[in-house]
Amino acid sequence: MALSGLDIFKLLPKTNCGDCGVPTCMAFAMKIAQKKAELSSCPHASEEAKAALGAASEPPVRQVKIGPGSGWEVGGETVLFRHEKTFFHPAGIGLEIRTSWSEEEIRECVRQVEGFQVDRVGEVLKVNLFFITHDSREKSAFLKAVSLIKENSSKGLIIDCPDEDALKEGLELLRSDRPAVFLRRSLTEGDIQTAKAFGSSLVITAASLQDLADQAEKAKKAGLSDLILNSPGDGLGAAVQNNAILRRSALKKGFKPFGFPLFTRIAGEDGTETLAASAALLCKYASIIILPRFDRALLYALFTLRQNIYTDPQKPIQVDPKIYGIGDPNPGSPVFVTTNFSLTYFIVSGEIENSGTSAHLVVCDTEGQSVLTAWAGGKFVPEKIAKFIKDIKLEEKVKTRKIVIPGFVAQISGELEEKLPGWEVIVGCQEAADIPSFVKSVKLV
Amino acid sequence: MNFEIPKEISPGKVIEVTIGATAAQGGTRSRSVTIGGSTALPFHFFEGQNPHPPAIAMEVFDKVPAKYPDSLREYYADVLDDPAAMARRCVGEFGAELISVRLEGTHPEKGNRTAEEAVAVVKAVLAAVGVPLIITGHSHFEKNNEVMKKVCEATAGENCLINYVETNNYKTIAAACLAYHHTLVAQTPIDVNMAKQLNILLTDMNFPQDRLVLDPLTGALGYGLEYTYSIMERIRNDGLAGDRMLAFPMLITPGAECLKVKESRAAEKDYPSWGDEKNRGAYWEIATAVSLLVAGADLLIMDHPRAAAVVRKKIAEIFLSPKEESHGAVRT
Repeated sequence: MALSGLDIFKLLPKTNCGDCGVPTCMAFAMKIAQKKAELSSCPHASEEAKAALGAASEPPVRQVKIGPGSGWEVGGETVLFRHEKTFFHPAGIGLEIRTSWSEEEIRECVRQVEGFQVDRVGEVLKVNLFFITHDSREKSAFLKAVSLIKENSSKGLIIDCPDEDALKEGLELLRSDRPAVFLRRSLTEGDIQTAKAFGSSLVITAASLQDLADQAEKAKKAGLSDLILNSPGDGLGAAVQNNAILRRSALKKGFKPFGFPLFTRIAGEDGTETLAASAALLCKYASIIILPRFDRALLYALFTLRQNIYTDPQKPIQVDPKIYGIGDPNPGSPVFVTTNFSLTYFIVSGEIENSGTSAHLVVCDTEGQSVLTAWAGGKFVPEKIAKFIKDIKLEEKVKTRKIVIPGFVAQISGELEEKLPGWEVIVGCQEAADIPSFVKSVKLV
Repeated sequence: MNFEIPKEISPGKVIEVTIGATAAQGGTRSRSVTIGGSTALPFHFFEGQNPHPPAIAMEVFDKVPAKYPDSLREYYADVLDDPAAMARRCVGEFGAELISVRLEGTHPEKGNRTAEEAVAVVKAVLAAVGVPLIITGHSHFEKNNEVMKKVCEATAGENCLINYVETNNYKTIAAACLAYHHTLVAQTPIDVNMAKQLNILLTDMNFPQDRLVLDPLTGALGYGLEYTYSIMERIRNDGLAGDRMLAFPMLITPGAECLKVKESRAAEKDYPSWGDEKNRGAYWEIATAVSLLVAGADLLIMDHPRAAAVVRKKIAEIFLSPKEESHGAVRT
């Protein structure tokens, strides 16, 4: 939690000696609070001041990376509600693999996950993690699963392995891959040594919130900082409630033991229940969600929700500026033009589709602004629209010479016609919802 | 380190609103449904209450929506043209706590059915089920006002939830609700200030606050859900912080919004990475509903029976039984 200038001032010697280069301690404190100066410039700062400021400069929720290479980073969040700023690091979504499965089943799951990706508004959405549950007796089955995933995937691995020897051998295989170790029971000295020796992060499980705090404290004291907290609580109600308590404690109370990403594993067979639980936890602070089985439709819904929740409210999602075919258009189909704010695109394309008309939708680059905002900001104006239409060679792609513009920018129709010789500009409806009736009442080609 | 749960006690409280009237309350419903009353954010049992868990309404209509997905026809094919039978199925088999009768067919461009026809549909549904009704209109002001006036009159005393009025068209319908004792939905387009302003306009008409429900306008998953989500969190936070003009229960419409989107019906063969369309329709509605539930929704109008069933179950888990702490996976 950031300290105010006044909080920092209280920690300084208050001698106004000027040795730091700033005339007064108060002014120096203010500079530190604004991150324009560092405490190390003060030769007289006490150990207590250094410790307090050091703790305060740590992020309120630690960022933890799992997996080889750039890995998947979770945590690092600073707000409880996305509208207060944004959520920064999208939750890692992982698939559980059990060592009691046959080698063929494991291979098939890895193959499916690796071959699966879905594009949505210019983002490629994928599964990010694997979670191995060692529930067979055979050490060899466990090691086989680890190597199989390592050979066929570059995704991060979280390992739940109660057999400590097997675990160490598995971690040896993952030396430079930054795995995470999931603990089913309370943290021991042995776990701490293993995590240190292999550079793995730890997922801590506890019987209560106090127990969780004690274990996190113990790990921190032993010098481990890459921790992930498995929220105590069996049912969904307890999980969302505990997540809210954990995250609030970290962000608003500066309670350090809870300043870590939160972990959730979903168990159960039914897809609708799995999705419902995942959706609630994704909104409420889960940084890692492990799913029990591979289901494309479920993952697509969950990925889309993650994209929605983690979108920066200040920076709207944009779609690629280009000509989109809606329905099954041919060169004789009508042409609509709009902006590349993703919501505008989705709603306009959806309503054209609902109208039953096939059409070409020309999506101009307005830096993700909606129609009226883009027009007011000079990004959706005749000159730019005309230039874009020429750049994409619309004239070569369609036979019609009529173009429909959004009703809210009716005023640009005359000027747009001047800039687009040979084209007739039709003023469309203001609301996308009226497109189906608009296409019935106006001759568009 | 000694851990203490950081509690934030809210000065405000969400207004309690009752929909439907039993014989004792001047209507004919077998029970009424009360929503609102929360003194804390959803599931924050450690610092307040959500005394009335969110309620699920299911939807019937006077005209089958365009592009109605096949995955829903399997549940309703034989009753799609019979709103009373469909309502009976929603209540009897799918557990709907309220029924929304959507009168889209009265829209001049979508069938232009008369107000009298709409009244007949509503009366048939009233007779078929005992749960409270939501009467859902459309955006054609003139026709909608005519229809809603007639429906309000014909259902006098039933305390239906009349869905909806907006800033540019509220007086006629609000007056009819007052005259015939119904509850009203105030809809605004994903904007805190506009929501507040409309509530002030209605309050200025002496519309009783305990008969108002707020519709922040639902964006489906992938279609603006994040805007609805954040507006709802802001409205609920402000309402609990003491802003009376935002302390209303909130209505969301995941069913109708998800019906419109391609993801609910496009075939897997055309979009292989989207997965099985049979499940996808339910999934889309579930993700929309559940995320808005944790953002503060009090009343949900749903369409997919599987989505409604699982959301009801999750409401019970999230809102009714904060369990003892233990460890392990979240069991669904």
